[in-house]
Amino acid sequence: MERLAGAGVSPGAGYGPAYVMTGAVPEPAPGARHGGDPAAEAARAEAAMERVAAELEARGEAAGGDAKDVLAAQAMIARDPALSADVTALIGDGTAAERAVFEAFLHYRDILSGIGGYLGARAADLDDIRDRVVAELAGVPMPGLPRAAGRPYVLVARDLAPADTALLSPEIVAAFVTEEGGPTSHTAILARALGVPAVVACAGAASIAPGTPLLVDGDTGVVRVLPSREQVAATLRAARERETVPAVPAAPGATSDGHPVALLANIGGPGDVPSALRHGAEGVGLYRTELLFLDRGQAPSEEEQMAAYREVLTAFPGKTVTVRVLDAGADKPLSFLPPPGREPNPALGRRGLRVLRDHPDVLAAQLRALARAAAGTSAALRVMAPMVATAEEASWFAAACEEAGLTCAGAMIEVPAAALRAADIAAVADFLSVGTNDLAQYAFAADREAGALAALQDPWQPALLDLVAMAAAAGVPCGVCGEAGGDPALGCVLVGLGVSSLSMGARALPWVRAALARHTLEQCRTAAAAARTARTPAEARAAACDHLPGLP
Amino acid sequence: MPERKVIVESQVGLHARPAATFVQTAAKAAIDVTVAKPGGEPVSAKSILSILALDVRHGEAIVIHAEGDGAEELLDELAAIVSVP
Repeated sequence: MERLAGAGVSPGAGYGPAYVMTGAVPEPAPGARHGGDPAAEAARAEAAMERVAAELEARGEAAGGDAKDVLAAQAMIARDPALSADVTALIGDGTAAERAVFEAFLHYRDILSGIGGYLGARAADLDDIRDRVVAELAGVPMPGLPRAAGRPYVLVARDLAPADTALLSPEIVAAFVTEEGGPTSHTAILARALGVPAVVACAGAASIAPGTPLLVDGDTGVVRVLPSREQVAATLRAARERETVPAVPAAPGATSDGHPVALLANIGGPGDVPSALRHGAEGVGLYRTELLFLDRGQAPSEEEQMAAYREVLTAFPGKTVTVRVLDAGADKPLSFLPPPGREPNPALGRRGLRVLRDHPDVLAAQLRALARAAAGTSAALRVMAPMVATAEEASWFAAACEEAGLTCAGAMIEVPAAALRAADIAAVADFLSVGTNDLAQYAFAADREAGALAALQDPWQPALLDLVAMAAAAGVPCGVCGEAGGDPALGCVLVGLGVSSLSMGARALPWVRAALARHTLEQCRTAAAAARTARTPAEARAAACDHLPGLP
Repeated sequence: MPERKVIVESQVGLHARPAATFVQTAAKAAIDVTVAKPGGEPVSAKSILSILALDVRHGEAIVIHAEGDGAEELLDELAAIVSVP
């Protein structure tokens, strides 16, 4: 039995056969020739392209909605007469059908990626269609995710796109294992939202053979290949116990001496509300509205948005619901909001609030939908902007909120400049919310999706704690809604730094509540001060825990 | 020579949904239809890849050309598609 280890980023355990997403069908050998009958070879290529087109169309019909349009457009590409003419010409020169298809697609792929932007992103679509046609010709399995299988599978991939992950459910996937990605990657966040155990940054995952039984522990990060029956039973049982132990009646979050700390849930939509309520969330600290916009040809209508927002608001009567407006760009591209040109480094480009300033109509529609959704409910709606870098931006956003009749406008602190000048932002914002994942990404110039840089993403990095302290001291309520808030010891430290609320994946809430309830505010402050004097994340954690008895 | 010069009014240019609708309409016709940027090389209006590769942005002009039975009606129909904001 082989043991692989990575970072456990979504709790629970899962067991099932490996479904390995290779992402690519092997490239047909350059120079491959056909048997000498170009007409028969061209007919073979033509038939394969038609079969792929028909299958894409059928999948679209079955899925309906926007997926239908997207897949219909893909089918059109598979049936493209210019492409077909190129393939036939290459076959006429003696090239084998597989290779001819590969080269014909390559031609268009180069053109589209050369243009960049929206069309550059379509290059990946071309690869997918090409792989399907080549697989059809070569008689090898089709790439892509099976949407339904006999029993849930363990999805193994180099990395997963948010769009892939967002469409899955625990009925389809028992667990995720990725070779790349970090604890704050979108695979990790979406896995937690879906309640699917996940292990990322797992070296060796890509070499797992398809169909191999895998046992994944999302708490410890251990992946066992070909586990014994006893091992499976023990691990699944332990995971279930971990889930049920803290399910105790929830009192409002507070330190042992009564200093209140609102414990809020991070959600991606109405589907996450039941789990948030079950785990005692006192409200929502981060409603990621972009999941509503992903995979769309155009923005959801104001009516559709209003319905999704109202469902969440009515679930928390009298409680805080914090909505983050659309956070698009960089690793969350949206087809209907293409960047104006090619961006060599999208994470440092137009994303978050910057995209919304380019498309004020999209923001205005979302704010109107929020205002309408809140009307007649008793929830305290707070709206915040992603990727705020300056007070001027926060002020622009606050004005847009006021225009829509929204009274509580906040700013995310995810950019070091915003943390350094948090006091200026606090002068124009009603509240602040620190997104520790992006703040670490920008503070350490370390891509949050890069597994190799995971050490720089450690939320215990003293420099990150310094930046949080600055935001917490800015003079308005300041929460943390990054993944850092879900670590019980770190939660105490953040409270010691002056943070007034913690928002996290629902399952972490009982643990953080229990940790806070066992320590005084003074202990939290001492632990925070000790952590900030340390020079490494490990030393910071050890120094803090010296003052937090009972926490590891 | 039946031909139309039209400005693409769609915000996303001749990409995404407008491009798909445009190609679907052209593909239904039995006659040849081409599209070009003014002064540029014409490509088949029945090829989504060729259309995308033209990279026609919002506000740019295109020249649509067709010959044969029903050319005028087809050109009107295609011009109408790209004229929708």
